[in-house]
Amino acid sequence: MLPLLLRQARRILLTVLLGGLLGATLVRLGPGFGVDERELDSRLSADSQHAIRVERAKENNIALFYVRYVSGFVHGDFGFSRSLNRPVAELLKERLPLTLKSLGVGVFGGASLGLAFALLTVWWRAPGSDFVPAILSGLCLAAPAAVIALVLFWLSPWIGAASRWAIALVVFPHVYRYAKNQLVATSESPHVVAAEAKGLSSWRVLWAHVLTPAAPQLAALAGISFSLAFGASIPIEVICDSPGVGQLAWRAAMDRDLPLLVTITVLVALMTLVVNSLADLALAAWKPDAGSAAA
Amino acid sequence: MSFKQKFALAVLTVAVAASLGAGFLAQSSYSEQFRDAISAPPSAHFWLGTDELGRDRFARLLYGTRVSLLLAPAAALLSTLIAALIGGAAGFLGGRWERLVTAGVDLFLSLPWLFLLLAVRALLPLNTSPVTSVMITFLLLGCLGWAAPARMIRAGTRTLVSSDFLVQASASGISRWRLFWRHLLPNLRPILLAQFWISIPLFILSEANLGLLGLGVAEPLPSWGAMLRDLENYSAILQNPWMLAPVVLLVTVVSCLQLLLRTEDRAAC
Repeated sequence: MLPLLLRQARRILLTVLLGGLLGATLVRLGPGFGVDERELDSRLSADSQHAIRVERAKENNIALFYVRYVSGFVHGDFGFSRSLNRPVAELLKERLPLTLKSLGVGVFGGASLGLAFALLTVWWRAPGSDFVPAILSGLCLAAPAAVIALVLFWLSPWIGAASRWAIALVVFPHVYRYAKNQLVATSESPHVVAAEAKGLSSWRVLWAHVLTPAAPQLAALAGISFSLAFGASIPIEVICDSPGVGQLAWRAAMDRDLPLLVTITVLVALMTLVVNSLADLALAAWKPDAGSAAA
Repeated sequence: MSFKQKFALAVLTVAVAASLGAGFLAQSSYSEQFRDAISAPPSAHFWLGTDELGRDRFARLLYGTRVSLLLAPAAALLSTLIAALIGGAAGFLGGRWERLVTAGVDLFLSLPWLFLLLAVRALLPLNTSPVTSVMITFLLLGCLGWAAPARMIRAGTRTLVSSDFLVQASASGISRWRLFWRHLLPNLRPILLAQFWISIPLFILSEANLGLLGLGVAEPLPSWGAMLRDLENYSAILQNPWMLAPVVLLVTVVSCLQLLLRTEDRAAC
C-alpha cells in the first residue's frame, strides 16, 4: 500500500511540474505576452513606464518565469486574469464548487444508469435484452457533448438542471459498455456456471458471483469517468449557461486569456490525477492484487 | 462482416461519395449568398433551404461533410503515426525511454482532451483565413491525439518484443533498426489500424465540439461543427426542422464508424 501511495504522489508531483512547465511555456509563447497596455497611457511618467519595462524584463528569462510561476502556484497564487481583471484564485473559488457539484451528480447519475442497464442485460439474458441501452448508448457516443447539452437545455423546463443530465449522458455509454463487457465475461466464467448448476437463485449468482468479483474493475472506472466529465463540462456549461469552470475556460480561450486558461487546465489535470489516484488506492485497499495490477 | 456492418459501410460510402461530388450535386457554392432568399424553406433549388445569410444549406452540408470526412482521417493518420513512433520506440527500447514516454503519456491523458485543445487553440491565431483555420484545427487534433494510441502501441510492442520470432531474429544478429522496421512494425499493423479507426470518430466529435464553441473552422468554410451553431436558435429549429440535417448526418456517420470499428478492434486483439 505504501509503495503505491508513494508512486501516486510522485506521479502527481511530476505531472504538476511538467504541466506547470508546459503552462508557463504556453503563456510565455502566447500572443500578447510582453505587451502591457499601460505603456500607452500618456498619464504615466517616464519613470513609471521604465519601472513597467523593468518588471516585464524579469519575465523574459523563461527559467526564472517558470520558477516564479510554479512558486506562485504552490502558494495558491494562480496569477491574474487579464480579461476579467480579477485574480484567478478568486474566480476559481467562485466557480469550482458549481462545477464539482455538477460533475459529482452527473458522474454518479451516469454511472448508476450505466451499471443498472448492464446488470439488467446480464440478468435478463434474453435476445434483444440490450436493445434499448445499446441504442441509447450508441446515440450518446455518436453525438457531441455540446449537442447533448443543447437537447437537454431545450428540455430543461421539464427536467431541471440540464448540465447535470448532460454530464450523466456523456458518462453513461462508457460505463454501460465497459460494465456490460466485464459482467458478461464474469458471468460466463466456470465458477458462475457451477453456481448456476448447483441451483443458486439468479439474484444470488448475480450479486455474489458476478458483481462482487467484477467490482474492482468497475471501481477503476471512477477516475476515467471524472476525466471524461471534466472534458465535457466545457461545451455543456457554455451551452447550458452554467457559470462553472468549463464556461470560464471557454471565455478565457475566446478572450485569449492564456494565464487563466493554462492555470485552469493544470488544475483540472491535477484534480483528475487525484481522483484517479484515489480510485487506484481504494482498489488496492479493497483488493491488494487488483490494486498492484492497476498501478 | 455482419449485415449491420455492411449497412454502415454503404451509408459511409454514400456520404463520402456525396461529399466528393458536392460540386455536381449542389446547385451553388457553399459561400454564395442569395439575398432574395434569406432563411428560405426547402425548395427545388435549395433542397434544405437557406441560412440567415442566404446560403444554400444543402451545399454547405455537402462541403462541410467533405471537410470533416477527409480531414478527420488525415488527423487520425497523423496521430497514429506519431503514436507508432513514440509508443513503438518506447516498447522496443524499454528502460529509461519507456519510463519517460509512459510519464509523458500519463501527463497527456490526465489533461482532459477539450481543455488541452482549448489551451493550444487559444495560443494560435483566431483571426486566420478559413483554410488556415481548418488546417490548424485538424493538425492540432492530430498532434494532440497521440497519447492514448501510444499507450496501446507500447503495450502491443512489449508483447511482440518478447515473442519467439523476434527473440530468434535478434539472436541471429539482425540490426535493431532492421528488427524495428522489418519485423516489429509490420506486426503492429492490426493495432495501428484499430487505433486509426478509433481516432476518426473521436476527431469528428472534437471538431464538432470546437466548432459549436466558435473555436473550430472559420466562416465561410463549412464544417459539421460550424453548422451545428445554428442549433442554438431553438425557436428557428421548431419552425425549420430541416436545420437538424447536419446533426442527423453527424450522428449517423459517427454511429456507422462505431459499428465498423468493432471488426478492426477484434482484429487488433
